[in-house]
Amino acid sequence: MRELRYREALREAMLEEMERDERVFLMGEEVGHYQGAYKVSEGLLDKFGERRVIDTPIAESGFAGIGIGAAMVGLRPIIEFMTWNFSFVAFDQVISNAAKIHQMSAGAIHVPIVFRGPNGAARQVASQHSHAVAPFYVGIPGLYVCQPSTPRDAKGLLKTAIRSNNPVIFLEGETLYGVKGEVPDEGVEELIPFGASRVARHGADCTIVTWGRPYYVAMAAAEKLAADGTECEVIDPRTLRPLDMGPVIKSVRKTNRCVVVHEHWPYGGPGAEVVDRVQREAFDYLDAPVERVTGLDVPMPYALNLENEVLPTEERVIDAVKRVSYAK
Amino acid sequence: MGTPLPDKDDLLRQYRSMMRIRRFEEEAARNYAKGRIGGFLHLYIGQEAIAVGAVDALRDQDYVFQTYRDHGIALARGMPAKAAMAELFGKDTGCSRGMGGSMHFFDVERNFLGGWAIVGGHMALAAGTAFKSRYNGEDRVTICFFGEGSTNIGGFHEAMSLAGLWKLPIVFVCENNQYAMGTPLERTSALKDLSIKAKGYAMAGARFEGHDVTLVQERIAEAVDRARTGAGPTFIEVLTYRFRGHSMSDPAKYRSRTELEQKKQLDPIQVARERILELGVEEAKLDDIDLEVDEEIDAAVKFAEESEPARREVMLGTVYAEEGEL
Repeated sequence: MRELRYREALREAMLEEMERDERVFLMGEEVGHYQGAYKVSEGLLDKFGERRVIDTPIAESGFAGIGIGAAMVGLRPIIEFMTWNFSFVAFDQVISNAAKIHQMSAGAIHVPIVFRGPNGAARQVASQHSHAVAPFYVGIPGLYVCQPSTPRDAKGLLKTAIRSNNPVIFLEGETLYGVKGEVPDEGVEELIPFGASRVARHGADCTIVTWGRPYYVAMAAAEKLAADGTECEVIDPRTLRPLDMGPVIKSVRKTNRCVVVHEHWPYGGPGAEVVDRVQREAFDYLDAPVERVTGLDVPMPYALNLENEVLPTEERVIDAVKRVSYAK
Repeated sequence: MGTPLPDKDDLLRQYRSMMRIRRFEEEAARNYAKGRIGGFLHLYIGQEAIAVGAVDALRDQDYVFQTYRDHGIALARGMPAKAAMAELFGKDTGCSRGMGGSMHFFDVERNFLGGWAIVGGHMALAAGTAFKSRYNGEDRVTICFFGEGSTNIGGFHEAMSLAGLWKLPIVFVCENNQYAMGTPLERTSALKDLSIKAKGYAMAGARFEGHDVTLVQERIAEAVDRARTGAGPTFIEVLTYRFRGHSMSDPAKYRSRTELEQKKQLDPIQVARERILELGVEEAKLDDIDLEVDEEIDAAVKFAEESEPARREVMLGTVYAEEGEL
């Protein structure tokens, strides 16, 4: 397999799907002539022209709504939010329209649309630009929510998202765009299904469930713990709705311990959902309460020392694993 | 602009269509009072000429969007009264199979793409179907209705802004019925003439009274033609008045009886009726139409009453669309 950066994997997914299906188009701020604020769409304008790579004014609610309307009558839009922070001004479009139309029309109208863009803290961009938004979207029936950690998952899930007949929230990592990883060779098509957790690391001592940027934090922590003789099983659900708990429950029944690691705030959301499901489906197997390592329950400060304190760290993951192992 | 001379047969057809809406709404109100209809119920009584005139300015292929006050346009577009009434009753035979209710009528077959219940929220969707017409090189026009209350919210601005920028084939029709729920226009808008807003989006603008169905049809047709021929969108303000409250729970105490009685002098159905008589049609012909409409609406109520309730399988089975190539 070859190596690609996360942003290149996303670009390939869009390029392949746009070549495959003329109904697919990309719309958003700076996606065309500027080549993408984070260069995810670099080169797509040259390849597909202004009909299919469409620069918009700064009007998230407007172009999200236009995308939904176009999807209602048969097109398959990819709507790029420059960052997910700006999706809040389009929240009504996503929640009241995209997520509701299929049922409200008793199945008469489909909304095949992908909303994608970078999610989560970048570096010192302060509270308004640092939201990890999964909790806001994951509770809404009618939406799918993807949050790929690796380039391979990013490509395979985005292709599935574009072909889906439903609205998909696609959360990329603002700090993951430069990350390299293995991706199937050109000409080898891989569609990663929604609701299929991936066991990223095997181990018998503690289960770690994680997604997004903290996936790398947890993997690094697992290596350090292994050096001390604690083997963690790391599971990335990859899609938060649907959430595939099967491999997690199976793992917890083996390890009897579970730590959930994510960037978003601790109150509610997919992290709390995982814990709820573990206690309900593996209660008799647990040797310790499930722990969580999350972003701290504060708006993100600007100062680097404080930002580092807010985000999950290897040390906090290691501490949590030790606590559930009664080794600390 | 003088009122154009209407064709007798057109006017008779439009009279029937308006009467159909009027009687449907009256029957809906009655059944709401009896507790057979739940939730919100926003009646179109008084505004019928706008829906009927607009529909006659459109082709079947054109897309239609409306707010939650959506019974009138759905019926004008040809939705069977049975499907409409059954939806109000929350039945499986309703136009949205009991999933939508009064505010969310859909009739995809007739390109009626919904009643929408967040003020301003549907306007960008309508720009989106117009965008699709452009993308596919089709000559379909989208028409989007909304109230004057929508003109103050962001959804209005962004939809108008993008439609103007991209010269989308769309007609925005503001049905200015003078009250945003209970608040009159002079307390919600610095502008008295809302059609001026068209200039801010480099669109054509128009403003006219909405009680004469012939005039409404002609003026909306001009805008539809503009959209269809690639000459860009239009923002139209139609001056109208609803004879009932905002919804069934609103006794409309914020306006005087004198005002209401004065506005009722311009009842679009009465105006059409008088015009038809002037054109030499016998009154008995109109009375026959009234009777036929009564029968249709009575049958719709009976159908709604006797239909099966909304189904759990539809509720659970439509949260997500099935996957696979479409």
